[in-house]
Amino acid sequence: MHLSVSGVSKTFGSGSKAKHVLEDINLELDSGEFVALVGSSGSGKSTVMRLVAGLELPSSGTITVDGQPVKGPGSDRGMVFQKYSLYPWLSAAENVAFGMQLQGRPKREVNERTAYFLEVVGLSDAGRRLPRELSGGMQQRVAIARALAADPKVLLLDEPFGALDLQIRETMQEFLYQLWERTGLTALLITHDVEEALLLAQRVHIMAPRPGRIVRTVEGKLDRRDLSFLRLSAPFLELREELANYLRVLDSTMG
Amino acid sequence: MITASAPRRAAGQTRGRPSRPPAPTWLSSPLARQIKAPVICIGLTLLVWQVVCSLSGSAFPGPIQVVTQTWTPYISKPFYDDGGTAKGMGWQILISLQRVAIGYSLAAVVGIAAGMALGLNGFIRKGFDPMIQVLRTVPPLAWLPISLLLFQQADLAAIFVIFITAVWPIVINTAVGIQEIPQDYTNVARVLRLSKRAYIREIVIPSTVPYVFTGLRIAIGLAWLAIVAAEMLKADGGIGYFIWDAYNAGGDSSTSQIILAIVYVGIVGLILDRLIAYIGSRLNTGAH
Ligand SMILES: Nc1ncnc2c1ncn2[C@@H]1O[C@H](COP(=O)(O)OP(=O)(O)OP(=O)(O)O)[C@@H](O)[C@H]1O
Ligand SMILES: [Mg+2]
Repeated sequence: MHLSVSGVSKTFGSGSKAKHVLEDINLELDSGEFVALVGSSGSGKSTVMRLVAGLELPSSGTITVDGQPVKGPGSDRGMVFQKYSLYPWLSAAENVAFGMQLQGRPKREVNERTAYFLEVVGLSDAGRRLPRELSGGMQQRVAIARALAADPKVLLLDEPFGALDLQIRETMQEFLYQLWERTGLTALLITHDVEEALLLAQRVHIMAPRPGRIVRTVEGKLDRRDLSFLRLSAPFLELREELANYLRVLDSTMG
Repeated sequence: MITASAPRRAAGQTRGRPSRPPAPTWLSSPLARQIKAPVICIGLTLLVWQVVCSLSGSAFPGPIQVVTQTWTPYISKPFYDDGGTAKGMGWQILISLQRVAIGYSLAAVVGIAAGMALGLNGFIRKGFDPMIQVLRTVPPLAWLPISLLLFQQADLAAIFVIFITAVWPIVINTAVGIQEIPQDYTNVARVLRLSKRAYIREIVIPSTVPYVFTGLRIAIGLAWLAIVAAEMLKADGGIGYFIWDAYNAGGDSSTSQIILAIVYVGIVGLILDRLIAYIGSRLNTGAH
């Protein structure tokens, strides 16, 4: 799998109302990579994701998956949103099964895969519960299971833990990292949390706003054997501090 | 009951105060506690009403007269039938309910369909919105003359008035419900490449149910309001007709009959409201 975003710009509207949101975005993602996109609010991160997902089309430039241009949404790109992503009238298991059923998979396969992916996210016992009966962290794990169950080539995560409490967020970050290690999934993570990006991704792109563009790319060569240790290690903290400052400066000079 | 009172007694004991002898159990039962306040307040209201009527010496009946004057046949035999329009109040209410059922069901079907069209299509929404905003404020009875002219028949006219009164809140709430579907529900659907039909069946309908029931609940109240009023103006049979007939008869017990009918109207209205709310909560999908 190879995802390529090259020279992508996006302008919403036209004439005097035109809003230039993205300028010359370039990024690459290979099978098994975990890449993050960091930027302050309004820098166009979600727009990048919506373009990759095919929910919007670029104004110029191209997005390809395995050389094929993206023309619209498809199940090869799974998505996890910040909130409202589970259907509240379906149980956790039904939510996971929802997409597979519509893909027309046989019932037995749907059931097996549902059980399997609920187990992958550690929620085997919660299958029959409704989303409102699950904590925010559990809901996002169901959303991840649902996205994975459709067998995507790449998982697109738009601030998946943004609505969670700090403590649960840390647990979920570790969960996601282990999931990535275990299943070898390919992920594009969008976040405004520098720590989250550095912790999880091998490559972090930093976006500046107005118009949104990538201004810096960091290849984080860090020892990720123990994330809670890494969080507190000196090189990590240094890098985190430097990037957080960098973002602040970007924001104040651009804003 | 025991679990509810146990902690309090325990707290009392730790402070070393002697615990009071327990009240009779029926008085401290949850049901008794719940109905205590209403029973006292309603009782007081009835008492004041009775006292004012007795002291002023007016012909207006107090609650006791209302009951004694209407006991036979209106309370004791709600389903007597002397032929024609001389029927028990149970029948009269059923006649009204039947009209409401027809008009309201039509309003529900048409209202939900129209609301969906409005919610799903921006052109239709923008086009019809001004008209809906004007028509929905027309009072129910203003529709009656035109409805009589249109249908030439009191029964159909009353049903139409119910329909036209009840349909607006259903249309509006359904349309709003569809517009309020969170963008991410739709995005997930698009990633799965749902067909338009599957999108409506799997996403639009379940996530709009709570809104539709809000509309249905407002509508049932308006429908009940409208039927009583419409029957007072022109109808044979129905609880509204009964009230107006009693007023015109002007007999000794007329006022008592009217008051009794009002109580029935209120109770039936409440039951209808609760019924729709109950169905809605059973179907509640937890959306939004
Ligand atoms: N459909 C649209 N029409 C017009 N403007 C849009 C549209 N979508 C996004 N924008 C604008 O593009 C800019 C970037 O939005 P985007 O949601 O991509 O930012 P973001 O980095 O994801 O921000 P946040 O951290 O708040 O989620 C914003 O100014 C937003 O108003
Ligand atoms: Mg965003």
